[in-house]
Amino acid sequence: MTNQDILVVLPEIVIALMACFILVLDLYLPATKKKKFGYGLSLVTLMVGAGLSIVYSEPAPVYGLNGLVLMDSLSAILKVGICISTGFVLVYSRGYADARGLWKGEFFALALFGVVGMMVMTASNHLLSLYVGLELLALCLYTMVALRIDSTAASEAAMKYFVLGALASGILLYGMSLLYGLTGTLYINELSASIVRHDGSTLPRTMALILVLVGLLFKIGAVPFHMWVPDVYEGSPTSSTVYLATAPKLAGFAIILRLLADGLGSLATEWQGMLLVVSIISLALGNIIAIAQSNIKRMLAYSAIAHVGFFLLGILTGEVSGYASAMAYILIYAVVTLGAFGVILALSSKGVEADLIEDYSGLNQSHPWAAFIMLLLMFSLAGIPPTIGFYAKLSVLQAVVNAGMTWVAVVAVVLSVIGAFYYLRIVKVMYFDDLATSHPGLQFRPKQDARILLTINGLAVVVLMPWIGKLTTLCEGAIEVLF
Amino acid sequence: MESILFYLFATVLVVSAAMVVTIRNPVKAALFLVLSFFSAACIWMTLEAEFLSIALVLVYVGAVMVLFLFVVMMLDIDVESMREGFARNLPVGALVAGVMVVEFAVVMMSDRFDSQSLPRPAGHGPDYSNTKELGLVLYTDYVFAFEVAGLILLVAIVAAIVLTMRRRPNTRYQSPSEQVKVNKSERLRIVSMPAEKRLDIDN
Repeated sequence: MTNQDILVVLPEIVIALMACFILVLDLYLPATKKKKFGYGLSLVTLMVGAGLSIVYSEPAPVYGLNGLVLMDSLSAILKVGICISTGFVLVYSRGYADARGLWKGEFFALALFGVVGMMVMTASNHLLSLYVGLELLALCLYTMVALRIDSTAASEAAMKYFVLGALASGILLYGMSLLYGLTGTLYINELSASIVRHDGSTLPRTMALILVLVGLLFKIGAVPFHMWVPDVYEGSPTSSTVYLATAPKLAGFAIILRLLADGLGSLATEWQGMLLVVSIISLALGNIIAIAQSNIKRMLAYSAIAHVGFFLLGILTGEVSGYASAMAYILIYAVVTLGAFGVILALSSKGVEADLIEDYSGLNQSHPWAAFIMLLLMFSLAGIPPTIGFYAKLSVLQAVVNAGMTWVAVVAVVLSVIGAFYYLRIVKVMYFDDLATSHPGLQFRPKQDARILLTINGLAVVVLMPWIGKLTTLCEGAIEVLF
Repeated sequence: MESILFYLFATVLVVSAAMVVTIRNPVKAALFLVLSFFSAACIWMTLEAEFLSIALVLVYVGAVMVLFLFVVMMLDIDVESMREGFARNLPVGALVAGVMVVEFAVVMMSDRFDSQSLPRPAGHGPDYSNTKELGLVLYTDYVFAFEVAGLILLVAIVAAIVLTMRRRPNTRYQSPSEQVKVNKSERLRIVSMPAEKRLDIDN
């Protein structure tokens, strides 16, 4: 083992060690200091993890630990994104989780171990490391969903998530084992070349491709493997929902890109057709069913399904510009979703969940600033021009049109316009509805740090607009070196 | 010699496996399961798969079956009620078993697995240890995946504890330090009582 082997996985090592340290520290500190130290140390750990990912990043892939993991700009950017968004999650969920007795050492440790899992996923160059990363993340997510043990809804959500997630892992593994049988390699960068060398019937490799694709689509929650998404988003405590709605999407993007675009790139013509169907029905089902929701967490779950459909459009172009636009899309989506859940968390207090849309009626009269931030975030999710959400949609559509699939772009635009309805309904409820129908206990009292971050997060969706081109350049640069 | 050993262990394996499902006493059934695991481990040993063989004994016989025996002994299992559904479930069970037998037969009879197309691998010398070889691969080539798997187990432990341990307010705990520090005055109350008058029995 050389220095380089260690440097490739240095952020993962640091975060895993710190998570263990926080777990042990939790045993010895007095109850009054536990929360403060755990919180502070977790934030510092995440910042250090992000910093190390930047400092030791290399533009071209550097392989380490017998080629099981690699380091390139793609993994560096996504690792930084994962660390920062998890930091935001911790800041936003403090007040909410504290009021519900969920703010304890295990919460930090699980969040950090989940981050390690996601980082391993983004950096994996081997089916084995990809799978163990995925399982590490999944196990943390199942637990965080079930963390509120006195709530039956949370237990039900966790049970559904666990059973369906285990099934998906099984399907993914089955596909991987077929790939191994066909190619004799587990290295993702060797897969593409060896799978086309395999002569004979194409049936086994199509079978393997379908199984892998089903497993991956399940993990990111695309239709028709989306059944768990609304129940899990709604049932789990909001502090866990915000975690599983943001950073894991970045890791999901990474494994889709690595496994489909890179590992199975030679079968692109086969998976493009499958992804096309999946993304169009995701867009349609997500956007249309979201209209009927009265629970804002459930609505955001269907919105997540629709957004997954949209970023898959970028992937299915099979071109560098498409992959880059999908990457920018998922990064922007994570920022905006963080803010939206941040507002929900800030409005929730002890005994008040703030998860019904009618709770938000007349919010502008009682808490104008919260209403304004929510307005910006909803505009961004809907993709209305002065926000970065518009840019994200535009760049994906541009890539789709350039790939010669204009009709797909038209369908996506039509479905997004339908989707704009339910985002704008939140705005309408906040600004034009009567305050009297709102939840009487609703208060906007986030902790000071959450208030500052929420303001930054909300304004960023507009203020960042002039520099958004840089993000695309960054993503394109990261993806170009892969192909 | 090897085939004699194989048939010996195989016979014990099949007979004990049959006993597991037919015997009435659940403790004896669990013990027969131990015997069948052990015979399977011996067969693996003759196939030069020492590591699998030892792991089977350590993990299944040593840990899982002991736990199983505890459960069987601690819980009051009504055997008769479990046998009730036998006749009703027999057709489905027989169907599944039949399908499995046919599948096995199709795979085993096909010429992909006969001794021509799949010759017996050459044996290793007496100083070869596949436990050592596995260890070498696991701790060098695949050390990263191995360590992450360790993290998964750690998360599993944390998850199991955080989801099941709850402080119940009415649970009574013993506090040894409190017990040791106790004073006489906290436990013993001296009550002065008036001396009783002698009862006059004769009255």
